[in-house]
Amino acid sequence: MKLLTHNMLTSRCLKGVTNGYPLKIVANEVKTENVDYNSEFIARVIPKVDWKVLSSTASDFGVSLPEEPPADIESNEDMLRKVHHALLEIEITQGDLICPETGRKFPIKQGIPNMLCNEDEVK
Amino acid sequence: MSRPEYQAPPEFYYNDEEARKYTRNSRIMEVQYQLSERALEILALPEGIKAHILDLGCGSGLSAAAIEEAGHSWVGVDISPSMLDVAKERDLEKGDLILGDLGQGLPFRPGTFDGAISISALQWLCNADKKSHNPVARLKQLFTSLYSCLARGSKAVFQFYPEDDKQVELITTQAMRAGFTGGLLVDYPNSSKAKKVYLVLFTGGIDPVMPKPLVNEHELPSAVSNINRKMKNKPVRGKPAKKSREWILAKKERRRRQGKEVREDTKYTGRKRSGKF
Ligand SMILES: C[S@@+](CC[C@H](N)C(=O)[O-])C[C@H]1O[C@@H](n2cnc3c(N)ncnc32)[C@H](O)[C@@H]1O
Repeated sequence: MKLLTHNMLTSRCLKGVTNGYPLKIVANEVKTENVDYNSEFIARVIPKVDWKVLSSTASDFGVSLPEEPPADIESNEDMLRKVHHALLEIEITQGDLICPETGRKFPIKQGIPNMLCNEDEVK
Repeated sequence: MSRPEYQAPPEFYYNDEEARKYTRNSRIMEVQYQLSERALEILALPEGIKAHILDLGCGSGLSAAAIEEAGHSWVGVDISPSMLDVAKERDLEKGDLILGDLGQGLPFRPGTFDGAISISALQWLCNADKKSHNPVARLKQLFTSLYSCLARGSKAVFQFYPEDDKQVELITTQAMRAGFTGGLLVDYPNSSKAKKVYLVLFTGGIDPVMPKPLVNEHELPSAVSNINRKMKNKPVRGKPAKKSREWILAKKERRRRQGKEVREDTKYTGRKRSGKF
C-alpha cells in the first residue's frame, strides 16, 4: 500500500464511525519501489491529498515535507519529486491500519490492506 | 451451466484455479482487457489528464493494466484474495489493491477519484450469499459511497451481465437514489454474442451526455488487437521474482534502454527497510 492510498483510505464503513480518518499505520515491513516520475500527475494529485496527513505520515517513513504545501509547489521540482517519492514509492507491505475512532485493526498483507468487515460491524 | 453468481459466493468462486484463468486463458484476458478499454473510452476523461481511477471488482488487474496503459493511476477493490494475488504479480506500478466487499460500501474520503470503472462484477451484488445479505441494501451502500468518493463532474462505468430487466431496474433504482443520473448503454445490441451492457453514471456538475453505442462489430476499438503484445509486457510469473533486487535491476535496465530517467543502482536498491524509524 502506497501513502497515496493511505491518504484516501478511511474506516467509515464501520457502524458508528463518522470519519474514520486518518487510519493509523503500524508498519512491520516497508519497501521502496521505483515509479516513473510524472510532474503533471503529482501536481494534479496534490490538491486532492490531505497535506497535513501526508506530511505527518511521510515523516514517520523518513521523508520530511513542510507542514503546508509551498505556494510555488507546481514549479518546485525538488518538492514535487519528494512528494512523488512519498506518495508512490514508499510501500507498506506488512502491518496494520487502525481505525482512529474504534481501534479496529485492518491487517495489511503482501501490500494489500484487508478492509473487509464482519456483517455485524457494517452500517 | 448456471450463472457463476449462483454457484458460490465470489470469494469462493474466484479461487486460485479460477484466478489462474486470468493469466493463462488468452481469450478471457483479451475480452476483459477490451471491456476495460471500452469502459475507459466511455468514461471520456478530459484529453491529456492524468486521472486517479477506481476499479470496482478489479480481479486479477487486467483493467488496471488498461488504466496504466492509458496513463492513469488507480485503486482496485476486490473480495477475492486469489484474484488479488494474481493482480499483485502483474507488472503494475501506479496503483494499489484493496481487499474489500463492494456491498459494504467503499472506504474512501469524499472526492478522491476522477472516475470509476467496473468490469463484469456488478451482477454479483444482486445475490444474497449470506443470510444477512440484502441486495437492495448492499447496492445502496455501494452507490452512495461511490457517489461520495467521486469528484464532482465525474462518471462511473459498470460493464455487467444483467440477468433480466428486473435486475437492471433494481440496480438503476439504487444508483439514481444515491444521486447519480445516467442509464444503460448497450454495445452491439443486435448480436446475442457480442452484446455488452454498460451502466453509465454521472455525478452532479456535468451535463449527462450518453455516449453512442457501438453497433457494427468492425467498430471494435483498434487497440484491441494489440492485447497480446501488451500483455506480454506485463509478465505474470516471469523470473526473477517480483520486487527482488534482480527484478528491480532488470526493470531499471529496461527503463534506461527506453531512454527514461532512472535512479542509479546502489547497494540499497531493492533492500527491505526495517519497519522502525
Ligand atoms: C468476472 S470477474 C472480473 C474481474 C476483473 N474486473 C476483470 O475484468 O478481469 C468478477 C470479479 O468481481 C469480484 N467481486 C464479486 N463480488 C464482489 C464484491 N461484493 N466485492 C468486491 N468484488 C467482488 C470477484 O471477486 C471477481 O474478481
